[in-house]
Amino acid sequence: MTEVTLTNVIKRYGAQQAVHGINLEILDGEFVVLVGPSGCGKSTTLRMIAGLEEISDGQITIGNRVVNDLPPRERNISMVFQNYALYPHMSVAENLGFSLKIAKRPLAEIGAAVAEAAAILGLEDLMDRKPGALSGGQRQRVAMGRAIVRHPDVFLFDEPLSNLDAKLRTQMRVEIKKLHQKVGNTIIYVTHDQVEAMTLADRIVLMRDGHIVQVGTPLELFNQPEDTFVATFIGSPPMNLLDGVVTDAGTVRLADDQELTVPVSARSDVRRGQQVKLGFRADNLSPVGHGVAEEGETAELNLIVELSEPLGTETLLFATLAGTEVQGKMLNPRPVKPGETMTFRLALGKAHVFDAQSTKVVRSI
Amino acid sequence: MRRRLPEWFLLLLPAIIVIAAVILIPLLFSLYSSFTPYKLTRPSSLWNWIGVRNYERILTDAKFWAAFGRTVLFLTIALNLELLLGLGIALMVNKVTWGQRTLRTVLMFPMMFSPILVGFQFKFIFNDNVGLVNNILQSTGISNAALPWLVDGKLALFSILFAEIWMSTSVFAILILAGLFAMPRDPLEAAKVDGCTSWQSFRHITLPFLMPFVFIAMTIRSLDVARAYDIVQIMTGGGPARRTELLWTLMSRTGYVDARMGLANAMGYVSILLSIAFTIYFFRKLSAARAGLGMEG
Repeated sequence: MTEVTLTNVIKRYGAQQAVHGINLEILDGEFVVLVGPSGCGKSTTLRMIAGLEEISDGQITIGNRVVNDLPPRERNISMVFQNYALYPHMSVAENLGFSLKIAKRPLAEIGAAVAEAAAILGLEDLMDRKPGALSGGQRQRVAMGRAIVRHPDVFLFDEPLSNLDAKLRTQMRVEIKKLHQKVGNTIIYVTHDQVEAMTLADRIVLMRDGHIVQVGTPLELFNQPEDTFVATFIGSPPMNLLDGVVTDAGTVRLADDQELTVPVSARSDVRRGQQVKLGFRADNLSPVGHGVAEEGETAELNLIVELSEPLGTETLLFATLAGTEVQGKMLNPRPVKPGETMTFRLALGKAHVFDAQSTKVVRSI
Repeated sequence: MRRRLPEWFLLLLPAIIVIAAVILIPLLFSLYSSFTPYKLTRPSSLWNWIGVRNYERILTDAKFWAAFGRTVLFLTIALNLELLLGLGIALMVNKVTWGQRTLRTVLMFPMMFSPILVGFQFKFIFNDNVGLVNNILQSTGISNAALPWLVDGKLALFSILFAEIWMSTSVFAILILAGLFAMPRDPLEAAKVDGCTSWQSFRHITLPFLMPFVFIAMTIRSLDVARAYDIVQIMTGGGPARRTELLWTLMSRTGYVDARMGLANAMGYVSILLSIAFTIYFFRKLSAARAGLGMEG
């Protein structure tokens, strides 16, 4: 059983603090993705778990051992790096077997483990090549092979796909997920790409400025964002946010004096006169007849489409609502001309209300 | 009408003339003179062709082979010690976080001295009467005798080696340091995670990466040391009684003191083979190391 627990973990560089007391429990066999914009401390956190960065304060345990003062080699982890970090003077087979060779395992055992890893990742034909003669995707597979050869307790991935082109990235994402289903180890994965986080994670840990903002399953983060940062970071396109004030009549008055009913999720918790941001996803703003049939409250709005981005099965529509640019989604799309006025249906039942000052969500259910 | 020279030839002509004047003609002249008993004091001896007699004489000359062997020995010891010391210095300087730039500059000071001055300096340091070394040994009571640092054959070779290593270790240190700077950090971190101790990371990751830099330094330095002359000439003059005679001191003695330029030139051609052999050897090693790192081409 290999749980990883972080208790009040702090990282300081001189006077500057990069990670401010993180608490996190990762279960055995769980795939956890640390995601956030660059500089949010996610890589630093991962490197502290790996033992490549000293832990300034707090405690990290892997399994039942406190690993704070253990060097990386005694933590039984393996790590896949952003730049692959292959050993350039060794062949693929030597790269794969290096950790076992260092551990002075018998040759037969090394051979078997290397062959097994090569088979899992389809590297059999490349065994004699040097890393210099491999493509980016192949290098990434070797790096992953090197990680699984040792049967570590925990896998650490540090932005492993960010150096690959878009197509290869999608492909490798699938391979990583398959790998996890096959070996079932605990995986901690760092990325700045919310799509990777959504598609791979059992649980997402969203970080900002050295703090954890929200932890949850991908759908929890998508459907119940804790604050406007989560709402705009997770999901593509980001959630639309409109400034407004709560009125006596239980409506939100937008900047252009238009009024919308307060969504049911927040109705019992908003105060009169509260400055709020009304949040809704593009999926919930569709031209009439081109959306998902919504149950619950809706509002109809006439908007001028300024720009359209056809994506095939759907088209993204850009319009201005109450002085703010919003994006809507059109299913079963037809061609849309810029400047065309369309009637949109906004599914208020799925909208969110955030307090404008604290940016936190106002939610009663 | 007169036929004009082709344009490509005209354009190359300046280069051809310069190369001929500074390289080709001296080379051919010295090669020719090595087949004559040419003495500087009797210019007419230049026209006396004696075939390969000079070469026969050299190949059977114990003094020449002694100098040849001593040069190879000198080269081997100097290069290996300079490599080890330079590697050590580079690894330590690489760890320094404060004042590293200054340290790197200081590191190069020995290279800025003229070898002649380095020779004089160490001639004084190792002098048996007034030298620093004997002075220290005697005043600290380690030795009462005046050790003949520059007179005893073995001690003299040691003293010269010391001066040579003092002067040139920084060449290795600087080149290896450049290698360390160019080295990617990721593989070292991967090695840490893969279970390497610091020694194992050095042995399996850092050292293979540094080998091309080491061989470049080796190539440069082997050419340098193989023509060692100035320090030796100043410190011992190849003596006493030829005990520190290296190829170039022997050649200059033969050519300029004994005035037998034909013979000296023949020695030069034989000893060039030594330099060529070392260069080829190190270049092979270099390309092998580069190929190992996937840097060929």
